[in-house]
Amino acid sequence: MNGFTPPDPEDRFRLRLFVAGTAPRSLRAVESLRRICEAHIPGRYELEIIDIYQQPDLAERDGVLAAPTLLRVSPHPERRISGDLLDEGRILRGLQIAPAAEAQ
Amino acid sequence: MLVLRVAQAALHPSKASSRHGSASEARLARPCIRSQVAPETSGTSSIVPDPQAQLTLPKALTGIAGFDDLTFGGLPAGRPSLICGSAGCGKTLFATTFLVNGATRYGEPGVFMSFEERAEDLAANVASLGYDLDGLVAAGRLAIDHVRVERSEIEESGDYDLEGLFIRLGFAVDSVGAKRVVLDTLETLFAGFNDPALLRAELRRLFGWIKDRGLTAIITGERGEGQLTRQGLEEYVSDCVVLLDNRVEDQITTRRLRVVKYRGSAHGTNEYPFLIDHAGISVLPVTSADLDYAVPGGVLPTGIAGLDAMLGPGGFHRGSSILISGEAGTGKSMLSASIVDAACRRGERCLIFAFEESGDQIIRNARSLGLDLTRHRDRGLLRFETARPSLHGLETHLARMHRDLDQFRPDIVVIDPISALRGSASTLQATLLRMIDLIKSRGITAVFTTLRGDGSVGQDDDIGVSSLMDAWIKLENLEANGERTRTLYVIKARGMSHSNQIREYLLSSGGIRLIDAYIGPAGVLTGTARHVQEAQERAAAEERRRETERTLRDVVRRRFAIERQIEELRAGLEAAEDEEERLRSEERLREARSETERQELTARRSAAE
Repeated sequence: MNGFTPPDPEDRFRLRLFVAGTAPRSLRAVESLRRICEAHIPGRYELEIIDIYQQPDLAERDGVLAAPTLLRVSPHPERRISGDLLDEGRILRGLQIAPAAEAQ
Repeated sequence: MLVLRVAQAALHPSKASSRHGSASEARLARPCIRSQVAPETSGTSSIVPDPQAQLTLPKALTGIAGFDDLTFGGLPAGRPSLICGSAGCGKTLFATTFLVNGATRYGEPGVFMSFEERAEDLAANVASLGYDLDGLVAAGRLAIDHVRVERSEIEESGDYDLEGLFIRLGFAVDSVGAKRVVLDTLETLFAGFNDPALLRAELRRLFGWIKDRGLTAIITGERGEGQLTRQGLEEYVSDCVVLLDNRVEDQITTRRLRVVKYRGSAHGTNEYPFLIDHAGISVLPVTSADLDYAVPGGVLPTGIAGLDAMLGPGGFHRGSSILISGEAGTGKSMLSASIVDAACRRGERCLIFAFEESGDQIIRNARSLGLDLTRHRDRGLLRFETARPSLHGLETHLARMHRDLDQFRPDIVVIDPISALRGSASTLQATLLRMIDLIKSRGITAVFTTLRGDGSVGQDDDIGVSSLMDAWIKLENLEANGERTRTLYVIKARGMSHSNQIREYLLSSGGIRLIDAYIGPAGVLTGTARHVQEAQERAAAEERRRETERTLRDVVRRRFAIERQIEELRAGLEAAEDEEERLRSEERLREARSETERQELTARRSAAE
């Protein structure tokens, strides 16, 4: 989309998910993200889940205001998605992950 | 002066204690909320103090001169307030001042959450005002948090909240134990997130959270079309809304501030001009026009013996406004410099607002009259505030004056000249009225000069300021016999008897000297004509004296002559008496001899018989 070059499919994804405690929305986001990653980039990702209540300094460091917020640390450039991450298509587009189903 | 200040203090119930204070206390006492005493009537509405509201609604002082007065104590404590205005109108500075004053003066640490400027920029921007943000941060009295919001980075998918912002704010608040919070500018969030409905809900929650935590907060917002802020923040922050405005009229910018609403409290409703300069923000609560100020007692000698003699009490009444009118070159500035010099010699404080000359120039010019103003300035008794009239709008001039008066607390103010102020007739009139009130309500003696001979202000209209003045000295160049002569007369002086004479005066190295007027058969003579007339009179007198001497000499001579004659006659008389005596004695001798002879004859005849 929009002229960007998709990252090398072999790249490893480093993802950081900021959630606010154990609210239902947080749990939904974690669950949804894990599902998407397992489906499309199995074994090629590291997911770090940060509770902004526990580690507010990390949220501040990354300039995270909204929760949940998903941060793609690598591959560069950094990208972020706010929301409960239920829309799989948007997540994939946002993270620039080639959907596994389409690839085949 | 002390009497006057104390009397002033007594006017204000809030400062009643200073009535019993020492001299220095009375002098140092901050100006109190004048608007409480003198409700505004120049505008359409008036400030009505509401003691009940003041008691019930806790307020947080902003430390911004004037603002705390017009809101009767500052912003609502423990609630969010909205400061809105267009770009560059001073929102961030207002908010920073609020925080810095809280941390330094009121013992309330603060958090500055900036969505626009970085902490270093923020610190650099206010460093010129003497605010040491870095120092406050290091001392743990201030936390600055720059929140970067960039739209392009954030995508949205589904439901989310701004818990990150809350936590971050809470974290910063807890780190310094903050009582004050500034969010500058929240609306940047609307650029960073796509879902306004969600954002609004979160903002509502944020303001609720601020109230729950008991934080006094300032939220800034950009001025929007048709509403106070672009995103309608005023809907959420409903306790106190302050609008800052930056208007350009005739290429001159005037900053104005208005408290749009203040729930549960009385407040000034007008637009108040405010200043941003090296001294920070100061708001001018346009006090007004009630004539209930205390009149200070005492007389202010002018330092010009001749002029004092023309005024019944030997000078002007203290606290009065004095107008010196005269065309260019009549010596208005020098007359006021003389008054200032005399006051400074007595140890009084003088403030000169000069619109046409620099302070150094005035000092130099005064030196030609033998007045050493530098000495007074070095002692801190004299201050010059010079600015071109076109530099600021009238409101700003007034606001500056207001601030300078409160800072310097002078006994005498000189405004030289008022005719230099520009503006429409009605604005000028209103400005002058307020200027006079501003000065009079502080019991300060004011000396105004104007170029217009009839005491008007403008060049092409006739605003009569003279009726606002208590005393009016008119300087005039009389032109006659091919020369100009400086003359002075007192047109009016309220509350005193004064000379009605036209007097000639000289600007000499010994100061201003008034000369007795020559009133001759042909009217008042001045200048060379006076000299000529005086010379003629001197000649005539000399002639008379000589004439008298001559006559006297004649008389004396005549007297001597008569006396001589008397001497001669007396000598004649004596001679005659001598002659007479001699003749008489001869006669007696002769008679005696003839008797003897007759007897001898008789005897002889008898013998012959």
